[in-house]
Amino acid sequence: MLWNAILLALREIRRNIMRSSLTALGIIIGVAAVIIMVTLGSGATAKVTKQISSLGSNMLLIRPGQGMHGPGGRQSTASAFKVEDAEAIARDISGLEAVAPSATQSMQAIYGNENWSTTAVGTTNAYLEVRDWPIEKGRRFSKSELHGGKAVCILGSTVGNKLFGGQDPLNATIRLKKLSFRVIGLLKTKGQSTFGTDRDDIALIPLRTLHRRITGNTNVSVIYVSVLDGVSIEMAKKDIERLMRERRHISQREDDDFNVMDMREIVKILSGTTRVLTGLLGAVAAVSLLVGGIGIMNIMLVSVTERTREIGIRLALGALEREVLLQFLVEAVVLSSLGGIIGIMFALTTSLVLSKVLLVPFIFNIGIVFISFIFSVAVGIIFGYFPARKAARLDPIEALRHE
Amino acid sequence: MKAISKISGRPLIEIKDVSKVYGQGQAVMHALRGINLQITNGDFVAVMGPSGSGKSTCLNILGCLDTPTLGTYLFMGIDVGKLTRNQRALLRRHYLGFVFQNYNLLKRTSSIENVELPLIYRGLPAAERHAYSLNALKAVGLKGWEHHTAGELSGGQQQRVAIARAIVTEPTVLLADEPTGNLDSERSRETIELLARFNRDKGITIVMVTHETDMASYAKRSINFIDGLIVNDKLQETS
Repeated sequence: MLWNAILLALREIRRNIMRSSLTALGIIIGVAAVIIMVTLGSGATAKVTKQISSLGSNMLLIRPGQGMHGPGGRQSTASAFKVEDAEAIARDISGLEAVAPSATQSMQAIYGNENWSTTAVGTTNAYLEVRDWPIEKGRRFSKSELHGGKAVCILGSTVGNKLFGGQDPLNATIRLKKLSFRVIGLLKTKGQSTFGTDRDDIALIPLRTLHRRITGNTNVSVIYVSVLDGVSIEMAKKDIERLMRERRHISQREDDDFNVMDMREIVKILSGTTRVLTGLLGAVAAVSLLVGGIGIMNIMLVSVTERTREIGIRLALGALEREVLLQFLVEAVVLSSLGGIIGIMFALTTSLVLSKVLLVPFIFNIGIVFISFIFSVAVGIIFGYFPARKAARLDPIEALRHE
Repeated sequence: MKAISKISGRPLIEIKDVSKVYGQGQAVMHALRGINLQITNGDFVAVMGPSGSGKSTCLNILGCLDTPTLGTYLFMGIDVGKLTRNQRALLRRHYLGFVFQNYNLLKRTSSIENVELPLIYRGLPAAERHAYSLNALKAVGLKGWEHHTAGELSGGQQQRVAIARAIVTEPTVLLADEPTGNLDSERSRETIELLARFNRDKGITIVMVTHETDMASYAKRSINFIDGLIVNDKLQETS
């Protein structure tokens, strides 16, 4: 009986190609929307996670102020760190790979006729290690340059390109805040950050140079710390917090006036956010799949009315109620699963193209493909059932008389 | 005057005091007012009468599409009034064939697929189905028209496809509701002769509703309905 129903259903579908394709269209769009949204969404999640871990997932960021504690924090009143704080961390806490104190100042960089506004970061060679940032050309700071506060700089690739174009910047002299600096190195391109800022728009100078010649104080705005592989980041974080509370004379009852941020927290937060967004988009797309299902029901209901005579003929020829029901149900299921398959193929090609255009990795998620196929078949069964039952229950005499 | 069963034993169709009432209260309509009728195997009955006289209702009941309000209808000894919808569908599938005034072929469907339809419901395998259908189309003179759809055929041809569909299952009874109503006199004559031939050669019992006396003259017996009652039931010489 099922075989007969399939045969009859396929004949009806073939006979009414236009109606059939319109019915399937709703499901095609619904399934395609779900898969495209989820595929691109998980691609974006993967991209964000990868970008953040490129910041260094074993990195801790220590900043004065309460950081992410919202309004009422003590950001403004918290005193800055000093170089000694970084030295104390490096000396007293075990399991650290590198500790890089840094202070930043935005300034104009000038070379010949070119000028570019950038950020100067006063730091040490440890900065390159913590941020896992190799030198493309040239060299790091020498010991004497660091200790003597010499006017030398290492440029990020953006600054290098803006000032020098295609020329070799090494050993050239540029001006930063009215001072002449010799370019000793060029950093490897790191690309945009997750937040859309250009990480290569930077000029590194020795911390002591920044303190002595530019800011005139010995403040450190951020201390970057990288933890050795295999050492617990939580432990290092706790140790640093204890040490800093001691050094900053914070009593038991007081909150920290500094903040140790774990990069993995940010990874968690951001990938969590994109995952939520993906889920949201998927839900929106699922609604469109539902709408597609209702579309199937509409067309099937209309087609029951339109096909009343046909149903009457079938019933007169001796079709059983359940045979008519099954035929209509199979028609709906065939259309919706066909729509599902076409939708899946359409979605995969589209998301392949879109992921190239949007520069996110193409992540083939067999789960969502499977789920949306099952869903489209379910839509066919659920929304095909009522029209099918209506058709099966028609009175043959009335149906035959129908114009 | 009384029709007498030519074959011994039970008549094929036995209608006893059958009434059919539509509607309720003020709008009540008596389509049949207690009719009695027996039809034996191999008969060819023409049912005549003005519109609304109950002849179509009678045919629907004979075809197991409808059930009597009162009285009993025995088809091959089975009380059809006591059957479920699906059991009546099975009776139609296995013993009855239908020919309608407006052909009632499936639209956009080839002749052969139309003729195959009752065989599909009977569950015949594809090869047999195909062979029987080709034979039936040949028998109605439509060899070579197997793959034309209803829209590509003339009225007479469509009615012949419908007849092929009705006889392909070799039914016990063929019920025809004004089969020549939409055809010109030439096509009508061909159609009725076709029916008469299946009655004569294959012994298919035919009950045919018609308005036209010259069509009725092909039948072995004619019955007249007026106001839900049988007023005349006579055997006649066939031409």
